[in-house]
Amino acid sequence: MSQYGSGSGSVAAPPATAGGGGSAGAKGRRPGRGSASGIKGRQGLWGWLFVSPMVLVLGLFLLLPIGMALWVSLLNWDGQSNPFTGAADFIGTDNYSNVLTTDGLDRTLFMTSVRNNLYFVLLAVPLQTILALALAVAVNSRRVRGKSLFRTIFYFPSVTSSIAISTVFLFLFQGSGAVNALLKWVGISGPKWFTDANGLVWTVLGGLGIVDPDKPAAALASNGFLGLSWWDWLSGPSIAMCTVIALIVWTSSGTYMLIFLAALQDVPAELEEAALLDGANRWQSFRNVTIPALRPVIFLVVTLGLIGSWQIFDAVYVMSQGAPGNTTLTPAFLSYTAGFQDSEYGRAAAIAFILLAIIMVMTLIQRVLLRDRDKPVRAGRRIGAVRRRAS
Amino acid sequence: MSTPPTTPASMSRATPKNPGTWAPRTSRSSTTGPRAPRSTGSRILLVVLYLLLTAVGLLYLLPFAIQIVTSFKTDPDAAANPLSLLPNPFSLESYRRLFGLGDAGDAVPFSTWLGNSVLVTLFITAGRVFFDSLAGYALARLDFRGRNLLFNGLLTVMSVPGVVLLIPKFLVLNQLGIFDTYAGMIVPLLVDAAGVFIMRQFFLSIPREVEEAARIDGASVFRTFWSVVLPMAKPALITLTILSFQGSWNEFTHFLVATQSPQYQTLTTGLASFVSGSLSSGTQYPLKLTAALLATIPVALLFFAFQRHFVRSANSGAVKQ
Repeated sequence: MSQYGSGSGSVAAPPATAGGGGSAGAKGRRPGRGSASGIKGRQGLWGWLFVSPMVLVLGLFLLLPIGMALWVSLLNWDGQSNPFTGAADFIGTDNYSNVLTTDGLDRTLFMTSVRNNLYFVLLAVPLQTILALALAVAVNSRRVRGKSLFRTIFYFPSVTSSIAISTVFLFLFQGSGAVNALLKWVGISGPKWFTDANGLVWTVLGGLGIVDPDKPAAALASNGFLGLSWWDWLSGPSIAMCTVIALIVWTSSGTYMLIFLAALQDVPAELEEAALLDGANRWQSFRNVTIPALRPVIFLVVTLGLIGSWQIFDAVYVMSQGAPGNTTLTPAFLSYTAGFQDSEYGRAAAIAFILLAIIMVMTLIQRVLLRDRDKPVRAGRRIGAVRRRAS
Repeated sequence: MSTPPTTPASMSRATPKNPGTWAPRTSRSSTTGPRAPRSTGSRILLVVLYLLLTAVGLLYLLPFAIQIVTSFKTDPDAAANPLSLLPNPFSLESYRRLFGLGDAGDAVPFSTWLGNSVLVTLFITAGRVFFDSLAGYALARLDFRGRNLLFNGLLTVMSVPGVVLLIPKFLVLNQLGIFDTYAGMIVPLLVDAAGVFIMRQFFLSIPREVEEAARIDGASVFRTFWSVVLPMAKPALITLTILSFQGSWNEFTHFLVATQSPQYQTLTTGLASFVSGSLSSGTQYPLKLTAALLATIPVALLFFAFQRHFVRSANSGAVKQ
């Protein structure tokens, strides 16, 4: 894409690669220098005319908001007065320190939300990546018939409304819902999913008799880090959070499956055949040929998953609103409630910026690790994005 | 593009010219090779694969099946038999109530939600298709000062996570005085960065001679764009239309922060408030699931109607790259 990069005079001398093979012929018919500059002058006007709606809308509703929120995050503003007339208190970085360094409810809430989201990432990202890869490999298999039907089925949840899906999951996971009815068939009495705030780690360890989930070990409960006790940090995702994780894994695996599918089709079949002919079994060929060929895409899916996982909002809004016991609270949802429910817009904006920083770090990791093949991957991602919704 | 060289290569491998070097391996390849006659082992493997795919497929379909069936159930039936795929008794009460025909009156202002969703989706889709094409064309083909800056800005803007903008967007809408209006719902979504990018990539793939011929014939830049280039971009335009429709129909967070009054609720914000917010009362699961189902149907139809077309257009775009 950078062949179009060096702006001035690129009309007069388009690189041979531009627009496929077409431009080579175009060069021959190109009008003389004098009229070219005339066209260029007119193009400048038209160019700005053409992009002005984009500049206006994206500037007003993407760039400007970020600037305004940065200012508001330095205020103690309740949403009533005009924040740009000096009516609201300027409190500097207090909003940031309240959620990051100063002891208090603000920090406890924020750190709880970070802990919840960390566990969310820790479970959802590997699960959805592995599931998506497995589905893609299965659907890509040459010997399976009805591939497109399966592909459609797996992808369908990804195109539907997250609100509608969350409503369905709310029904499925009720105390006497379909999931627990299914579990009863195999003799398990399922939990009350949305009201169970118990951490998964303590529940599992408690089930094995290693710890007592109801009695925190004193060493863990009395010492802490950033306003939460070690017991709380280590508790694992709550049972309620597990339903949100199930929902996200279920809806996003189809999207990532399509990304994997596109990449699998680029793995040369001869390579795998050669491995099989050389006596490798299917698993060895998959492990030693397919997986290395897919490595960049696996990495892409994991980072996209990481970025997406820190933005989890819709499902939390519909299914739990942070309850029970704040164990499904996420930073995105906390930012929303701090602003729209508690009217603490300054704190809400500060949380949004900390979240932005977290997501930027995730993006940065992706950029740095994919640097050597940045361009093809980036183009591939956009196309992947189209294909993702497309097929 | 790379098909011509690879096809002969793979063929030559399938039919080796020098049988001597391949001979020692043929015995093994007859059991594991992909084109070998199927052994019992690989047949079992295939059956297992089908079983697994079917089981996972059911897991992906079952929630929708339960949703559809539950929409025809009564409240007590839905509560007592959440898993049953036969409504007993069969009831159209949810549908009647959603459209205000039931004895209990309309439980939720469903028609308002539907009307708002249709309205904003139409405007947003039309706006995105037009404005994204304009900007995409300019970024791909018109030479003007600041184009690279704009393009890099676009790439940066695309990577701003939407959730972070919840509070900031509200601040701007409030300052502009369009909070809680249709304008506040529609205008911010009229252009989307990803759509501009898609259109730009497509316009890059259209041969330049076409436009230059039109331009030599004296067509203006807009005329060239509108009557010559845009008709050639039909596959990309269809893709963009469907993506925009799906995106705005399913949009939630923007409408959540851009509006407040019930009169502006769409299917997503209305449903969310019905399920967990201010309107929420009792379980009423058949009613909730019916509302969710009706909100899903347009996007589902679109998906099933256009997916094949989409795969083709996405793939051809990839080849042109």
